[in-house]
Amino acid sequence: MPVLFIFIPLLAVVVLNLPVKNFGKKMAFGVGVITTLVQIALSLAAGGATWQQADSAIKVRLVANLSVDFFSAVVLFTIGLVALVSLIVHRCSSGDDGFNLINLMLLIMMGMDGVCMVTDLFSLYVFMEVTAVASFILIALYKRKEGLEGAFKYFMLSAVATVMMLAAIAFIFMMTGDTGFEAVRLYLAGLKGVYPFQVILAFILFTAGLSVKSGLVPFHGWVPDAYSSAPNSVSVLLAGVVTKVAGVYILMRLFRDVFKDISMIGNTLVVLGLISIVIGALAAIGQNDFKRMLAYSSISQVGYIILGLGTGSPLGFAGALLHFFNHAIFKSLLFVNSTAVEMQTGTRDMRRLGGLASKMPFTGGTSVIGFLSTAGIPPLSGFWSKLLIIIAVWRVSVVSAFIALLASVLTLAYFLLLQRKVFFGKTVPEVENVGESNGGIIGAELLLSAVTLVMGLLFPFVLLFMQAKGVI
Amino acid sequence: MNMTILTILLAFMVVSAALCVMVRNLLKAAIALALTSAILTVVMFMLDAPLAAVFELSVCAGLVTVVFVSAISMTKPHSREEIAAKVKERLKRFIYLPFILLALLVVMLVVLWPCMDFSQVMKAGGAGAKVQEVLWNNRQTDILGQIVIILTGVFGIVVLFKERETK
Repeated sequence: MPVLFIFIPLLAVVVLNLPVKNFGKKMAFGVGVITTLVQIALSLAAGGATWQQADSAIKVRLVANLSVDFFSAVVLFTIGLVALVSLIVHRCSSGDDGFNLINLMLLIMMGMDGVCMVTDLFSLYVFMEVTAVASFILIALYKRKEGLEGAFKYFMLSAVATVMMLAAIAFIFMMTGDTGFEAVRLYLAGLKGVYPFQVILAFILFTAGLSVKSGLVPFHGWVPDAYSSAPNSVSVLLAGVVTKVAGVYILMRLFRDVFKDISMIGNTLVVLGLISIVIGALAAIGQNDFKRMLAYSSISQVGYIILGLGTGSPLGFAGALLHFFNHAIFKSLLFVNSTAVEMQTGTRDMRRLGGLASKMPFTGGTSVIGFLSTAGIPPLSGFWSKLLIIIAVWRVSVVSAFIALLASVLTLAYFLLLQRKVFFGKTVPEVENVGESNGGIIGAELLLSAVTLVMGLLFPFVLLFMQAKGVI
Repeated sequence: MNMTILTILLAFMVVSAALCVMVRNLLKAAIALALTSAILTVVMFMLDAPLAAVFELSVCAGLVTVVFVSAISMTKPHSREEIAAKVKERLKRFIYLPFILLALLVVMLVVLWPCMDFSQVMKAGGAGAKVQEVLWNNRQTDILGQIVIILTGVFGIVVLFKERETK
């Protein structure tokens, strides 16, 4: 039942906050891990069938409009997996018990799960806000100056996005008298291509608001600051799933299921996607901070997802969904790598690093898998999703496909630069005595690398499965 | 007649909202915010939304103001010199903001407003649901979301402010 995706984290928060001395602090990590594992199991079970909220027995009045289909099941699975890795990273990289962080992580999971399952525009907004509020607090968690600054930037831009989204919902409500996905879709289909100005304005506002949330260029100002200033475990979660669910997923859901008849939106998304791909990649080349480079790389990779979505074809959507999942995994992997490097060397400044591959073989090896997958090198997972996206774009516009292909070379360039500066090249004296990271971090790196490899090597089966589920 | 009163009320609301942002005294700002909510309450009553009006009056105009005033009473106000220095700095940094807002307003009124097609408003009727039903009866899921937001807010306060208190 969809409601479990919200009630289980809620139950976990209640359990952690029972008024028993030190219980919550001792159990926080365990309860967090169990919750994420349950979420992974539930989403795997849900992936096999479409779950609708039961209309009978427990007809819980609180959760009337929740539903899980294949698309949301994939996203729910991704949330569970990345949250699990994030918890492990926190446990292994931070000295504190993580009580507050884990509570907030469970709350943010509830928010993201809600976003994935609602079928109403206003409910979508409410759960999006849950995710956003929890994100601000998580970024500023340790109250360091840069964290507070990053959280503040995210907060301000997010507020602008919120205003746009609310205005768009108001316009849609004004015209249709309803906010349910199905009712809005039926209304738009009934217009037969002649849209009133309010509806067009609503599309524009939705696209702009969600572009801010997704961190697309030119609305990306908050992304590098938020990602690089957040605590390491939070960066993994933010880059892996939060931005994607609060922005990209909603764009995908709305433009596939609600606004699908509007061709104008597709063209806008293709342009936004291409600009993000190119600018993100170019900006990444100029970075010296490991996490900032990954943040700009995220902007570029999210551009590919949006590009696939913008084609409006089932193939483009399948590519976008696959890249959504793949990017969540390999970008989380790269952020775990950066955590390992920072833990062992005390710096993220790539100018002060070098030759770490021999000192940190697991981190160095898995980072190669992560970056090759990001650059779209076969047979890793990133190659296949980019291939599907580029084929779908090729059918719509050859020039756009060509630009996307060229940008892939840029991705390769900045990651080669990163590898040369951090892991290969001459060992700098400062890292002479550095050793490999601890077991937990290595475990997280290996888990995410394994998923990246398996998704790449077993891609034909993944494709067949998606075909069976009607995605392609 | 009704429309005229509404327009006057909305104009007052904008003025009190602007006052709320512009006055230097926090207490006066809180009162201006309460006034904005109170005017909005009347507007909501006039627009046949009594439930929304009651919430607006009790929560936004009442409860929130009480919380703000109590919080302000616990703070130590800046000296006149400090305020003057801050105002000067802010003026330097944000002097262009009112012009941008004014330009936006002009664009909205001159360009966007004439394009609006109000003849089709709510003609579709959605899935047959009444507006009140959509706004009030179909919002069960949101209550759950709001519970989570409140929990998140509580954690936010605990995380970001607790340590400062102990110091």
